[in-house]
Amino acid sequence: MSLLSVKDLQTHFIFHDIDNQLREARALNNVNLSLDAGQILGIVGETGAGKSLTAQSICGLLRPPARIVGGSVVFDGRELLTLPEEELNNIRGADIAMVVQNPRSSLDPLTRIGEQLVRIHQTHTSGPLDGSRQKAMEMMQAVGIPDPQRRFTAWPHELSGGMAQRVLIAMALMNEPKLLIADEPTTGLDVTVQAQILDLLKELVARFDMASMIITHDLGIVAHYCDQVAVMFAGEIVEQGTLRDVFLQPAHPYTQQLLASTPERIKLGAETPLGGQPPDLFNLPVGCLSQDRCPLATDICRTSPPMVNLSIDHSARCHFANPNNKTAKSKGKKNG
Amino acid sequence: MADVILQAKNLVKRFPAGRSGSFVNAVNGVDLTIRRGEVLGMVGESGSGKSTIGRTILRLTNPTEGQISFDGKDITKLADKAVRPLRKDMQMVFQDPWSALNPRMKIGDLIAEPLRIHLNMSRSECRDRTEMLARRVGLSTNFLNRTPSALSGGQLQRVCIARAIATNPKLIVLDEPTSSLDLSVRAGILELLQELRAKTEAGFLFISHDLGTIKLISDRIAVLYLGRIVEEVPKYKLFSEPSHPYSQSLLSAHLPSDPNVPLQRMALQGEIPSPINPPSGCSFHTRCPVAVAECKRIQPLPEKISADHLARCLRLKDGKNIIPRDQK
Repeated sequence: MSLLSVKDLQTHFIFHDIDNQLREARALNNVNLSLDAGQILGIVGETGAGKSLTAQSICGLLRPPARIVGGSVVFDGRELLTLPEEELNNIRGADIAMVVQNPRSSLDPLTRIGEQLVRIHQTHTSGPLDGSRQKAMEMMQAVGIPDPQRRFTAWPHELSGGMAQRVLIAMALMNEPKLLIADEPTTGLDVTVQAQILDLLKELVARFDMASMIITHDLGIVAHYCDQVAVMFAGEIVEQGTLRDVFLQPAHPYTQQLLASTPERIKLGAETPLGGQPPDLFNLPVGCLSQDRCPLATDICRTSPPMVNLSIDHSARCHFANPNNKTAKSKGKKNG
Repeated sequence: MADVILQAKNLVKRFPAGRSGSFVNAVNGVDLTIRRGEVLGMVGESGSGKSTIGRTILRLTNPTEGQISFDGKDITKLADKAVRPLRKDMQMVFQDPWSALNPRMKIGDLIAEPLRIHLNMSRSECRDRTEMLARRVGLSTNFLNRTPSALSGGQLQRVCIARAIATNPKLIVLDEPTSSLDLSVRAGILELLQELRAKTEAGFLFISHDLGTIKLISDRIAVLYLGRIVEEVPKYKLFSEPSHPYSQSLLSAHLPSDPNVPLQRMALQGEIPSPINPPSGCSFHTRCPVAVAECKRIQPLPEKISADHLARCLRLKDGKNIIPRDQK
């Protein structure tokens, strides 16, 4: 059984607008995921595709008006969605840890680094303080913070962005999590520092036999650090599979277009591979959600496409995906 | 040198830092030439002085030292009032289109603003030209009566570009114009820039931290580190034969989206040092895998590798500037 198994997860934003009309934005629509120990899953998609919301839904970090309206999240054999808050608190920060974008704003500016590391350990253990301090030093060492003795008493503002991100990773590792979720872990960092942080993440996943989920919009990160990929569009996973299947034999037209718009592959002068806006979450089209910007769309796309299994671990949500002809050829037609 | 649109010599910009009398050395002696119809790409990490250079050559901030000549005219010491008419010929596009546009103005008025200020156009001329500009940047004319809140990021960036090209400027500085945009939208904007570049005579300075984007759009590339150009080179050469160790490691940290492209592991240790207290000698020596003792003392001068290829590295002369491949 998988360590994490997400089934038909649906998260909606439900609220009354300024005219007191009840409105509902369908932000996540039937998200299905599974993840095993030792694996790194990359979740890619554009702004508003629901990447971060998926992570927050899994961890139960949603605040109104966001609400999970259906589905299940089974982690390590337990259903998280129905778990009482106190039990969820025992899992979050311990078995499931999260590293977020913008590390500086995730650290308490008024507490020394070491203290913050010790605190998260003490929350989940009844062991002695000395043990936690020892552990904090070890973890700072593990994430490559030079001179942990001295850094232990440093304030967050004394750290550079890369160091602050290392502290957050050390914090996430304090309770030896089984699942590490990294939400855009390197977005604010420079490329040379990004390389250091991603190398570190990959090494730690192997060393502690964790599972990891990296949320990013950078296809380069996925191409070189992930084993599995899930491509999201309008709150749906439109394609998932192994890195090589999805990146080298993309089956969904959206995946094909996304890959074709990376700076390395885009051909200036040719037609723009991807156009148009993502659909309005308040008013999703009936049928395939990407029909309005898909070059292959026909009448059949007004009915909901099935998740087609292309091979044992590669699937795509498209009427034209075909196991015998894995790459549904996009004609590259211009679309609005 | 009739085709040189902008030339900067020994540009220096220091900002006062705090009350201690220390300075942020943002730009430390930069020489720059931009020609008509050319795109100069400038790449570097945050804090390397990219944006400050862009703003200084347009006199949006005043240089501490150095000389800037625009279209053959020395504008270094020109009074702000005298610079203003020149703004017609020098324009800028910023990273964040949301904060670059007045949220209370209509898109049509935003695009017409430079026309009104610089070209004294009549109302009807203005309207015609605004519509023409909107079409040129691929924006529906239906948007002209809307406010910025009704447009997406990519559409807003198109508005900013329309404003920048409205007066047919001779120089356009683009400061990370695609960094805040999604991949698909980014592709469209790059497409548009490429098209404009073919149609106008303007020179472009394209500032970005993303090597992929820089590679796509530039003719020449200047690699910046702590306020100095460490390498200046035609695009194809930077990617095939980077000379400065910093350029090499920057390229090796770039992640192509093709999983089949092997990564060259030359990741640097540490981070860019503080520009308040920059290292002595070559400012890269603190992170450089091939640095020797003299790099700490001697500030390297730009050295010609070929006619169009410059790099600042002491190890060039004995050919030890290449970082060994097996080194992490």
